[in-house]
Amino acid sequence: MSSADIPQGTGAPTPEKRLGLVRRAWQFVLDLIDVLLKPSSIFGLGVLVLAGFVAGVIFWGGFNTALEITNTEKFCTGCHEMKDNVFAELKTTVHFSNRSGVRASCPDCHVPHNWTDKIARKMQASKEVWGHLFGSIDTREKFTDRRLELALHEWARFKANDSLECRNCHSAQSMDITKQSPRAVEAHQRFLFTGEKTCIDCHKGIAHHLPDMRGVPGWQ
Amino acid sequence: MIKKLAMMLLAASLAAGSSTLLAQSVSSSLRGPAALNDEGPAPPMQPMKNTAEKEVRNYPEQPPVIPHSIDGYQVDMQGNKCLSCHARARTAESKAPMLSITHFMDRDGQFLASVSPRRYFCTQCHVPQSMANPPVSNDFVDIDTVLSHDKPGGKR
Repeated sequence: MSSADIPQGTGAPTPEKRLGLVRRAWQFVLDLIDVLLKPSSIFGLGVLVLAGFVAGVIFWGGFNTALEITNTEKFCTGCHEMKDNVFAELKTTVHFSNRSGVRASCPDCHVPHNWTDKIARKMQASKEVWGHLFGSIDTREKFTDRRLELALHEWARFKANDSLECRNCHSAQSMDITKQSPRAVEAHQRFLFTGEKTCIDCHKGIAHHLPDMRGVPGWQ
Repeated sequence: MIKKLAMMLLAASLAAGSSTLLAQSVSSSLRGPAALNDEGPAPPMQPMKNTAEKEVRNYPEQPPVIPHSIDGYQVDMQGNKCLSCHARARTAESKAPMLSITHFMDRDGQFLASVSPRRYFCTQCHVPQSMANPPVSNDFVDIDTVLSHDKPGGKR
């Protein structure tokens, strides 16, 4: 008797509740818009403006701080894909250890330094988060199989922005070619100073190992 | 008695010999003043020769030496940095000498379209030059000098 009563009592409201979930959410959104559109009856305009300003500072600062955290070598090498492959290779090159101790870290070369381009690159990098979650390069073999594709992306980016990330440190104006080897002098005078070529055209594979270079212009 | 005297003399001479050996510091110009059972300080590393000038071969069959630095040049299955300048198609731009036609030859003497795999690894034969002073000098004389001894204008 009572067992028959219970499904009757609970059964009737549940379909109404299920429908109401969406409706209630919509109602909440409408209410929220309503509240946001109504002028405040408690806080003064000055308080609101000041609070908005302070909140803006906190949010903007927080956003940029979070962004800067994702722009560190520690963050980049937090994934084993980076740590065991490209970062391990970087360690043997002149961009990691050299006579003067100046050192390039991951974002120095791989993230544009000005804000708009940086944000654009960070949005692109969400694809890399996807790749990490689904393990597209989570073994050495998978990584080497896709290395050419990944390298081509970076070469294209460097070519398109005239090797901007190289030039952030290596400026052609400050380059004293009398201190360079005769071969470098010749090459830089003919190709760099004339603008015929950009850094990445000749200096591929200086920080990481090369992919299969067959068919890449300038390589055999 | 004579035998005993001879034994004593021999022992004395051996002792004297060993003491003089101990007294002398055993050293050679190669290992420096460090004692035989010590490891001496490593000499500083010398820079590599880094020019664009061709070096004369000491004999016709000598693989030409590399007159420039090749630090960080990748030569492996993925690519060959040397060929970026020395390959046939790249020499007009790079002004580097083209690798010789013998490098296109397989072991049966047949010429291939491009570098033969057995000639791909440049540093098997071609080596960069260190600026170090050799501890032992070399008195090698090339064949032209030897031949010129007989010539009227040659050195006597």
